Amino acid sequence: MSEKKNLRKIFMNGILDENPTFRMVLGMCPTLAISTAVNQGIGMGLATTFVLVFSNLVISLLRNIIPEKVRIPSFVVVIATFVTIVDQLMKAFVPALSQSLGVYIPLIVVNCIIFARAESYAFKQPPMASLVDGLGMGAGFTLALILLSSVRELLGSGTLMGAQVMPASYHPMAIIIRPPGGFIMLGLLLLVVNAAVKAMQKHKASRAKEESV
Amino acid sequence: MQRKLVVSSSPHLRNEGVSTRRLMLDVIIALLPTAVASVWFFGGAALNLLLVAVITAVAAEYFYQKLTKQKTTVSDLSAVVTGMLLAFNLPASAPWWIAAIGSVIAIVLVKQMFGGMGQNFMNPALIARTILMLSWASLMAANVLPHAGQWVAAAGADAVASATPLGENPASYSLWQLFSGNIPGMLGETCKLTLILGGIYLLVRGVIDWRIPAAFIGTAFVLFWIYYGTLYSVESGSANVLYQLLSGGLLLGAFFMATDYVTSPVSPWGRVIMGVGCASVLFVIRVYNPSYPEGCSFAILFMNVLTPLIDKLTVPKPFGYVKPAKPGKGA
Repeated sequence: MSEKKNLRKIFMNGILDENPTFRMVLGMCPTLAISTAVNQGIGMGLATTFVLVFSNLVISLLRNIIPEKVRIPSFVVVIATFVTIVDQLMKAFVPALSQSLGVYIPLIVVNCIIFARAESYAFKQPPMASLVDGLGMGAGFTLALILLSSVRELLGSGTLMGAQVMPASYHPMAIIIRPPGGFIMLGLLLLVVNAAVKAMQKHKASRAKEESV
Repeated sequence: MQRKLVVSSSPHLRNEGVSTRRLMLDVIIALLPTAVASVWFFGGAALNLLLVAVITAVAAEYFYQKLTKQKTTVSDLSAVVTGMLLAFNLPASAPWWIAAIGSVIAIVLVKQMFGGMGQNFMNPALIARTILMLSWASLMAANVLPHAGQWVAAAGADAVASATPLGENPASYSLWQLFSGNIPGMLGETCKLTLILGGIYLLVRGVIDWRIPAAFIGTAFVLFWIYYGTLYSVESGSANVLYQLLSGGLLLGAFFMATDYVTSPVSPWGRVIMGVGCASVLFVIRVYNPSYPEGCSFAILFMNVLTPLIDKLTVPKPFGYVKPAKPGKGA
């Protein structure tokens, strides 16, 4: 029972407290580059989640065999293996998405979220916890990408998942789906999300105080 | 003693008579003739845009400061100046909401989010213009023909599309047309007469330093002269010095945008570098870049980013300072 609760806590940690995009600000390169359309955001998020889950699991399983000194090259080999798998799978089954994500799929190899989790979590924790951590981090990353890419696609093209959403009289704000718009929207979203989290924590703290009194 | 040693951002107060409010009031006075000229040439649409931009800018500043529980500084009039400058960078055909969005971007995103008055590292009105340009290029195209003095004519009815003076196929305009402002263009950059008057007013009042506009216009003059080789001739179309100096946002930028206290160097030589740099980037964009016929805003923004470096490079020598001898030399 307590172990299940613990795993749930590990999973939620990736989505809220240590959300890779909004709290740790990791993996900014793919975040900024591909969040111009929602389907790209979902595709990127899922691909990264796949790599995160399996690289965390394998690294955790191998953590007692890998010598400390060569751990980084070992991580690279493990991560690159799964990135190659996901790259080939996407090319075979979702060629259009694979084409639009382009070089950013192979670049998952150097995504610092995956390295950060391998180094700071999977290398020190048991396999089950590492797998759940990868799942939580991946979910957090995917949700953040979906949030950012829906805002950008909605304002920048007036569509969602390619379907026209905004009224025809809406003039799409083209800069939002260009690189500078990516930086601006990411900054504004960071502000909104962090303000919301802070308000939530304050609320929680004041309630806990009331209960204790 | 403590209170006298407060380090504040520019404009620095020399005495009680000079306040941010007074300086901004001077800038507004200097901008007013150009505002009147834009309404004269482009009619009610220009007045509309000016009002929307100024009111939105002031409201955005007020509500942002209320929201973040800061002291409201609307009364220092800097938001009014930002609003006016932004409207000056819009074409008469722009819809009102473009002015509103631009003002909110300028005040909230560029100015307040970086810490408010004195903290923004780029000119708010110019960033807003650039963002609007990159977002709605077709709506921001400055191709409405002026209809001097025809108050009743709405922009829609006689908005005749025509080539801008700096477009791909530059239409021919006489020097007087260029100087008086009877050409298509952004609201505040067409009438050179009032811009120069406003600039002279600011120089006489000591609000702006002569170095930036002088270096800016002087360098542009020299560069275009070297490149085109002719001072002015009717046959050469836009390919001569005076035509280039009198079209686009060059004068507006030189007097009112590049001289912004917050985003221009403080030291005398730094200001010269600022002016020379603005003109050089402007020259390169106008001459060598086919996708943007006008590069004044980009040039000034580019130099805005370099301003801290320029200030660092040109720290004035304190009186009586002796350069320490290089070690190992002469010993």
